[in-house]
Amino acid sequence: MTNPGPRTDSLSGGAHSPVLEANHLRRVADEGTVLLDDVSLRVDEGEAVGITGPPGAGKTLLLRAIALLDPLDGGEVRFQGRPVVADAVPAFRRKVLYVQQRPILVEGTVRDNLLLPFSFESAGSGSFDEARIGRWFEALGRGGQFLDRSVADLSGGESQIVSLLRALQLDPAVLLLDEPTSSLDDRTRMRAESLLSDWLLHPWEGEAPAEPTSIRSLALEAQAEPRPPASQTMPRCVVIITHDAAQAKRMCHRRVRLAGGRVVGEDSQEQAREQEA
Amino acid sequence: MSYHDLSAFDVAVAASLILINGAISLALGLGMERRLAIAAVRTVVQLLLLGWVLKWIFAASQWSTVVGLMLVMSAIAGVSAIRRTERRYPGVWSTSVTAVMASSWFVLAVALTGVISPEAWSANPAQYAIPLMGMILGNTLNGVSLGLDRLTEELTARRGEVELRLCLGATRWEAARPFVTNAVRTGMVPIINSMMVVGLVSLPGMMTGQILAGAQPMAAVRYQIVIMFLIAAGTALGTTTAVLLGYRCLFNRQHQFLAGQIRKVKG
Repeated sequence: MTNPGPRTDSLSGGAHSPVLEANHLRRVADEGTVLLDDVSLRVDEGEAVGITGPPGAGKTLLLRAIALLDPLDGGEVRFQGRPVVADAVPAFRRKVLYVQQRPILVEGTVRDNLLLPFSFESAGSGSFDEARIGRWFEALGRGGQFLDRSVADLSGGESQIVSLLRALQLDPAVLLLDEPTSSLDDRTRMRAESLLSDWLLHPWEGEAPAEPTSIRSLALEAQAEPRPPASQTMPRCVVIITHDAAQAKRMCHRRVRLAGGRVVGEDSQEQAREQEA
Repeated sequence: MSYHDLSAFDVAVAASLILINGAISLALGLGMERRLAIAAVRTVVQLLLLGWVLKWIFAASQWSTVVGLMLVMSAIAGVSAIRRTERRYPGVWSTSVTAVMASSWFVLAVALTGVISPEAWSANPAQYAIPLMGMILGNTLNGVSLGLDRLTEELTARRGEVELRLCLGATRWEAARPFVTNAVRTGMVPIINSMMVVGLVSLPGMMTGQILAGAQPMAAVRYQIVIMFLIAAGTALGTTTAVLLGYRCLFNRQHQFLAGQIRKVKG
């Protein structure tokens, strides 16, 4: 991925519309420390947003908050214009998928890890596509019997690849990536970025057909506005935390800067280039 | 068969055996003399007090008194189960007391209505209800304690895996299930192990007591079999209830794992 490319909103046939909105998020630690203070973030169709900031700025906490992993003390997260009701959270997390900074793998083989998400109710009738995963591993230089390797034998970089591909195979609408290539060597990092770039170019199915009826019906009951037609597609989005300025430049349309749990600035790609110049 | 009542002198002779422990402690420099003395005194005083209470309750022979004592016993058991755990969370005390009470009272009710004829205990309910409750509680307490300890320990140590499951679209139950089942299994292991070896490497206390009190061995064995199954059921119900209530406290309706709620107890 040499640059983030144009936003492919033509796929949805309209002007930029928010896929994901985090509005006035606030999180306070038990002892009273404000961890996130009135943080808002909007991700439009086809957009790649970088999150930057010094250690302790709240970058990871922001992604966790967007993924609804932690209880919030204020604010809300909206997906496709609607708030996420409690019963629809698992289906939401499948569509807005957070990839943890430190790759977490369950015991067993690489294949076991890739199969894991299909064991959950939110997978519906979705199934593991071995051929597709095989192509991705080949592209990242991990061919052969990689699928059957024990995760205990993987390097940090290989673990990160498995963690990333485990998420990509689920075809979420939005990927929340927390330093996804920090353990990769330069060559593999570029390959992974290229893979991500290709993946982002494929439109997301607006309404996952395999979603379980129970969760979908509950979500539909809660919505105030009509949903897009089931067949509608839209470009995928990515929100990425990275400390690598070059990577941010390559991958992101704009960068949001955090410090002390607050948004302290935002640069478009052009502004970032101007600043560097 | 006859029953030989022990005199105060007989008890004193047995109590003097504590001197053996004291001698070993002195000889090997274990430094346990003070604790041994306190333990010996507590054993005698606590059991004498219990005897007093039981004597009073047996004499009163009223359901209200028996139920009152059993309520106190089960509440103490619920609290004791948590005192042994290393990690706690808000609501852990009510989790334990609820689980211990619900399971022990249910199993006791089954025993007194379905197993032991009401004709046997209606005249003096304390004679059956209190010893049975005591044995059920002792084991249920153990299961609840082990189960909750394992649940909080695993959820803490494997927090990343729990959150990974949630990130990948698992419901709170799907995310917690492996840890819940491990915890329930852990709580049930001791009673299953006991059932495996009972009569082979250990003679159960209740059966031994009945034989000493003059009961026929086979009659004592039948009682022991009944109590083993009551204990097993009580432990399974108590452990499962406690672990499931713990799971509900630590995972909210938004399918979030409240890891920050778990606190390690110092010391």
